[in-house]
Amino acid sequence: MSDAATHTPTPARTPPITLVGPIGWVRTNLFSGWVSSLVSLLLLFLVVKWVLGFLDWGVFNAIWSVPNDAAGRPDTSSCRALAGTGACWAVIGEKHRFILFGTYPYEEQWRALLAILVFIALFIVSAMRRFWRKELALIWIGALTLIGVLMWGGLLGLAYVPQERWGGLVITLILATFGLAFAFPLSILVALGRRSKLPAIKALCVLYVELVRGVPLISVLFMASVMFPLFLPEGMNIDKLLRAQIAIILFAGAYLAEVVRGGLQTLPRGQYEAADALGLSYWKKTGFIILPQALRLVIPPLVNTFIGFFKDTSLVLIIGIFDLLTAGKTAIIEPAWQGFGIEVYLTVGFIYFCFCFAMSSYSQRLEAELNQSRGR
Amino acid sequence: MSQTTIDPRSLRPPPKRPIRLSWSDERVRGIFWQVVVVGIVGSIIWWLYSNTVHNLEVRRIATGFGFLNREAGLPIAESLIEYSPTNSYLRALLVGLLNTLKVAVVGIILATILGTIIGVARLSRNWVIAKLSAVYVEVIRDLPLLLQLLFWYALLQGLPGPRQALHPAEGVFLSNRGLKLPWIEWQGAHSLALLLFVAGLVATWLYRRQALAKQIADGNPRPVWHVALLTLVALPLAGWYALGAPFTPDIPALRGFNFQGGLTLSPEYFALLAGLVLYTAGFIAEIVRAGIQAVPKGQWEAAQALGLRPGTVLKQIVLPQALRVIVPPMTSQYLNITKNSSLAVAIGYQDIVSIANTTLNQTGQAIEGIAIIMLVYLSISLSISFFMNWYNARIALVER
Repeated sequence: MSDAATHTPTPARTPPITLVGPIGWVRTNLFSGWVSSLVSLLLLFLVVKWVLGFLDWGVFNAIWSVPNDAAGRPDTSSCRALAGTGACWAVIGEKHRFILFGTYPYEEQWRALLAILVFIALFIVSAMRRFWRKELALIWIGALTLIGVLMWGGLLGLAYVPQERWGGLVITLILATFGLAFAFPLSILVALGRRSKLPAIKALCVLYVELVRGVPLISVLFMASVMFPLFLPEGMNIDKLLRAQIAIILFAGAYLAEVVRGGLQTLPRGQYEAADALGLSYWKKTGFIILPQALRLVIPPLVNTFIGFFKDTSLVLIIGIFDLLTAGKTAIIEPAWQGFGIEVYLTVGFIYFCFCFAMSSYSQRLEAELNQSRGR
Repeated sequence: MSQTTIDPRSLRPPPKRPIRLSWSDERVRGIFWQVVVVGIVGSIIWWLYSNTVHNLEVRRIATGFGFLNREAGLPIAESLIEYSPTNSYLRALLVGLLNTLKVAVVGIILATILGTIIGVARLSRNWVIAKLSAVYVEVIRDLPLLLQLLFWYALLQGLPGPRQALHPAEGVFLSNRGLKLPWIEWQGAHSLALLLFVAGLVATWLYRRQALAKQIADGNPRPVWHVALLTLVALPLAGWYALGAPFTPDIPALRGFNFQGGLTLSPEYFALLAGLVLYTAGFIAEIVRAGIQAVPKGQWEAAQALGLRPGTVLKQIVLPQALRVIVPPMTSQYLNITKNSSLAVAIGYQDIVSIANTTLNQTGQAIEGIAIIMLVYLSISLSISFFMNWYNARIALVER
């Protein structure tokens, strides 16, 4: 007894150094067999080689600014002399305001910048769960109005800027955000219609969704740009940007409707039946019981669909609307900057990537959070 | 198997009530709302239609598809069938359709292969492989496809001209004129060999099905490889040999300012294909990864406990279950490749959209031009979803 009381256990032996710590990690994750080791080494070698090559091209050999020639135009001969061994970032320094704001009047570009910031703030507010209330719709209406005032002007001492002068990143954000704001209510109606028991309404919704999902966005945009003027009565004319916006809304509506329908379908039938048993009318049942639950379920796929549309707005390039990508492509038409497309596309791509990556990591985190509460 | 007994009372149809002309009758309300909605949609369509007819008259735009037989007069750079600008619009559109299919079919095959490899690689125990594929998937999915196409096209145009073409292997040239590959002079014998190969595929598949049915009946495995070897290798070779075994390599060579001979992938086609394949592979990789992860670990362990070999486990146990998760989203990716191939118009590859667009600019018949584009894509989309639905139904879980 007393023996046991004074007994001190020998401390556990530490595991061999080859199994834990950094060495153990390297052994299990990089060199677990000879094939694995070979592949690891080869890939690491290639990655290091490419990263060094890219750094050489993009940083060490790159030219950051070019002098102006006698006529006041940029002299890009030093960039041309590199012959592809280094990047010519001077094109970005020269053209960044054009890429971001298009042909918006130079001294008024702070307004476009402010509109972009309002958009970003709107996204951040919408992403926060504590704002997921009915008031969010008011915030959206307020923010979108503010953006309209900023961009058009003509009020509060702001000079009027016609739509034809708008361009760059702000167009991309407008097309995507307004597209979502209008397509979302439409998609809810269509999704409800597709699950309706009334055959005519169901047929109309199915026809709309399947027709739109069966054709590429380009054909809808072409339709908006060349066919739309024929549809309207004589003398009535709709701006090109608005036509593209309508096309994007109609297109997004069909895809979002399928996402919403997915939410309506995963909702257990008991919810529908309980609402019926309470004697609620169709719209009360839908508004108070079904939609609040179904929409919460589809937020992650909704964000993913939105990312898709954010990227797809770049297709308006084909019908000649001045969004971010079109501005980038136009920036290198000027003879002095021809051939520096790679630099411009990398920059434009970086902007798209920042937005999309932020949204997709948000949607992944959200999905994990929502699943957690459902698993409980 | 115990069968749940059905309460016969539940089979009785609900009592039929006559429709009362009252707002409290659900059916009356239903009919009312349907009439309202169809009426609104119908009158909007009628309004648009009458405007269009009026506008067409005022602008003196011809209608109908009569222009299809007129001379197109539009040059097409690459074509699978013989074509010259003196041919009709119909033939020009057919060339465009074939060009679309050429990109879509090759793109679907390559994107499936690449996407599967990357998806499996993301689950690799090797940290470098897993991380590299994760970075690839994240980056490629967050950039617009059109931007990627323009990027590849700009990269290809930045390549040296034919005289300084990159020359990584004998007969392979990469320049701003595209990719040149060695090929063979195609003759009847090669067509015969190809035909026999396809026939061999069918025969092998039939034989395998029969062998499997017999194995299920008596438990003895029957090898298939010798039939496959005979029908897929020996027969085509024999057919080729019987017709004199022609083999004339057609190696591209620089003559003057451009290359002669060989197989050409134009920069436009190459950029479009590369962009589509790399972009879609990112999405397919995620689908494949999710599909494999959806198979519970217990399935692997149970199969191993039964003493099956690792290859058999993957082929007979895991893959059939993973495919059920993979096939439906894969269908929409295949549809996406086909629809996204319409972005060809941005880099000057002459697919159906590009040619229909030129047609509608030349003839001024916008409605017909866009109707053709939509019709073509609708039929392609419907065929793909029809095929994939059939395949999905075949591999679906058979529930009692």
